[in-house]
Formats: sequence, structure tokens, C-alpha cells
Amino acid sequence: MSDTAPETAEKTDLFSKFDPLIEQRRVLLSTGITDPFNLVMERVVSPTEAICNGRRTILLGTYNYMGMTFDPDVIASGKKALDEFGSGTTGSRVLNGTYAGHRACEDALREFYGMDHAMVFSTGYQANLGIISTIAGKGDYIVLDIDSHASIWDGCKMGDAEVVPFKHNDIEAMEKRLRRIPEGAGKLVILEGVYSMLGDIAPLKEMIAIAKKYGAMVLVDEAHSMGFIGPNGRGVAEDQGVLDQVDFVIGTFSKSVGTVGGFCVSNHPKFEIMRLVCRPYVFTASLPPSVVHTAATSIRKLMHAGAKRAHLWENSRNLHTRLTALGFTLGTKTPQSAIIAVIMPDLERGAMMWEALLHEGLYVNLARPPATPAGMTLLRCSLCAEHTAEQVETIIGMFERAGKATGILGGII
Amino acid sequence: MDRADTSARIATVIEPFNKKALPVTDDTSFAGDLEWDSLTVMDFVAAIEDEFDIIITMNQQAEIETYGQLIDAVTKLRG
Repeated sequence: MSDTAPETAEKTDLFSKFDPLIEQRRVLLSTGITDPFNLVMERVVSPTEAICNGRRTILLGTYNYMGMTFDPDVIASGKKALDEFGSGTTGSRVLNGTYAGHRACEDALREFYGMDHAMVFSTGYQANLGIISTIAGKGDYIVLDIDSHASIWDGCKMGDAEVVPFKHNDIEAMEKRLRRIPEGAGKLVILEGVYSMLGDIAPLKEMIAIAKKYGAMVLVDEAHSMGFIGPNGRGVAEDQGVLDQVDFVIGTFSKSVGTVGGFCVSNHPKFEIMRLVCRPYVFTASLPPSVVHTAATSIRKLMHAGAKRAHLWENSRNLHTRLTALGFTLGTKTPQSAIIAVIMPDLERGAMMWEALLHEGLYVNLARPPATPAGMTLLRCSLCAEHTAEQVETIIGMFERAGKATGILGGII
Repeated sequence: MDRADTSARIATVIEPFNKKALPVTDDTSFAGDLEWDSLTVMDFVAAIEDEFDIIITMNQQAEIETYGQLIDAVTKLRG
């Protein structure tokens, strides 16, 4: 034994870095409030209703935009796949994990987007992680919006590229950064169609034109717009007429499609090589057969869901107008997506309002830093095409009562 | 470009961000002494980038904790 090594070194607790968060949770829960991050859905009645704490609850925070989770055709295809292909693939897509259903799912995506290539990942998180980290490596530059999703930031970090953020939706700030990148360096611009915290959309048309001017490739995450925004539900890029300018569209099955999984679609002629070099695609098991069959069925039905899209817009506009009229502060001045974010004064009162709504029989997402921009606490509402006009009316009444009870409305606090 | 010139220009840029008008030396830490949150840091970095027409990537920002380190990094980036 060396002279300098102590017989037993003092143990370092790697968990001490979480102490501030542990303390913040302790203080919040010591008030007797229901833990907003530990809710259990005891039964799910429909895309818009569940039983929580024994109470029938309207769901307004699920991202289940198109209400496909209980679609009879979707359910039937999943059950059939369970019977015919078993419960899981137990393998990677590049080994024993590509079944007919995975191919069917990729075919459906190619058709849905009208693009040449589609690659299905086990989650949306892995789709961003995998594509970004694989295409932008050491010496390349990634220019991205500061409010990008965690999966995008993690993809940037994993790939060793030079990461250059710009102020949210700021076209000029983006251009300045692109202009300053050294000549000859590879450039990837990453944008989102809908930003999920405030529910605002990006000026993709202007931003993509600038990205192309500087020779950058463009990746757009359309997780929160697929199925709903754009004439064919292809997303914000389609809506603004620039989908053909996007090199890579990233999406997910866990929102409008109504199951789990992620994907990338592209027209890049060499895209198929991704299947061999993208580690989050290769080194994980593929999605279960029931999941890919439900996804494929759902995607095909979303191609012809114009009436549902129209009703969802109606719901979004209605809720936005009425909450504004009640006196709530919302994340956007106009309804831009199916997300309506109600801004809370702080975490304590946000948690109080969240609980008051839950007691009314309404579930929304409580969102707080670091997920939110500018240190905000939000009650994030995501509407569903299956919410009836009557349900939206009920929701507005619940917000009014809870807002008054907690003093968020009416200036009691 | 010399360090003194860079330092003088950064001193001007930092003024509106230094709300409590704390004394700033080479050892002053942005997070610790000036108590800047991530938003302030982002706006400040953008202001520095615009002043010198440079990029300070996230990777480089991770290495910059003090005022002195920022002056060194900007001096180097200006070439």
C-alpha cells in the first residue's frame, strides 16, 4: 500500500448534485399538494378521458392530437400483429429485428410525406439523437434554436460537432451565426415546426431560405405538427410550402400517430447508409410488431383526416379565445398549434392551479424549468381532435373556477 | 488584435448586463460573482459575438468561466 493513499477514502456521494432539486421537491410536497409528476392513470376511457385517483378526468395534456389511440382499425391491426408476430422482436433492426411490419411502417411514412426514404427508430428521442449525432460530427457546425427539445441538444452533444445556438425564432440571429461559420465547414441547421412549450410555430419559410443561402443542410423536427398542421398533415414545413427544401424531417409516433416510436424521412440519395452507421438505430431492439402495425395503420388513416384536422383547429381557436377572455396569460397571442400554454406566476402557484384543475376533473401538464424557456412555469394544454365542443366548454368552466379559487384570476394574491 | 483593446471593448459590452454595477476583474466569475442565469449568459454571448463578429460555440463557452478567460478567448478568436 502506498504511503499517501488513506486506508479508507472518504466516500463521495455522486447524488449530492441533486440536493437542490430534492430540496425544492420536499418544500413543494410539504404543503400537502399532490405530486404533479407522479400521477397514475388508473383506467383510460377514451383518448380524452381517464380515471385518476378514482375520479373521471378530462385529458388535456396527452399530445394525443388526433385521438388515434382507440381507433378501431388501429387497435385491430395491433391485436392481429400480436397474434401473428408475437409480443416482441428481441433484436436490432439490422439483425433479427426487421419484420414485415417495420417495412410496412416505413412504406406508410414514405407515402405520407411523399419522400424517398424513411427510417423508423424505437423512440422519437432516439431519432433525433441518432440522426443528429451521426450526420454532424467533429469539425461540423450545428446552428440551432435555443429552445430546441432535449433530444436535439443530446444529439448535438453526442456528435462532437461545434454547437451554435441562436435566440428563439430570431431569423437575423440565425443568419449572423451562419455567416460567421468558417468557409468549407459542414453546416446543419436544426429547427422545430412547433415548439412544444409555448405552442408557437417557426417561420420556417424565411429560415430555411437563409439556411440554403449559406449552404447548410436543414433538419426540422415536426413532432408536434404531424397529422394536424398542413393540408396533408405533413407539418409546418408543408403548411408554409417549403417541405421540399427540408433535408431531414424528424417525427414521432407518440403524438398524433398514437403509439410509440420515432422516424426520419429524407430525399437524400445516400440516406440508406444511416441504417449501418447510426448507433441509436443499430444498438437497440426494434419496436414490437403490434406497435409498428398500429403505427402503419394510423399513419395511413391520418392521410385522410381533413375533417378531424378542421375540428382540432376549431377546438384550439375556441380554447385560446376563451382562456384569453377569462384573463389568463397564454404563451402565444394567437392559436398557432394544438398546444395552448397558460403561463403561471411561479412554480408554487402553478402547482396549486394544477391541483385545483385535477380536483375539478381536468388533467394538464405542469411544465417547469429546465424544460421551459425563460424560467417559466406553464400549465400546458394539448387539445385532441376527439374533444367535443361540450368538453371544451366544460374545460373552460374548470379553468375559471380553479383560477378564481387559487387567485390566479381576480388578483386575490 | 491586442488584449487591451479587446478588454476595453468587452468592458463596454458588459455594462448593461452588470445590473448591480459590481467591480469586474479578470477573476470575476459570470455564474458565481455576477450571478447570471443561463438567459443572461445567452444574451451576453450574443452581444459579444456581434461586437467582434465572431462565433463562440457552446463547446468554447463551456471553457469560459471568468472575465479574464473571456478576454483571452475573444482575443484568440479575433486572430
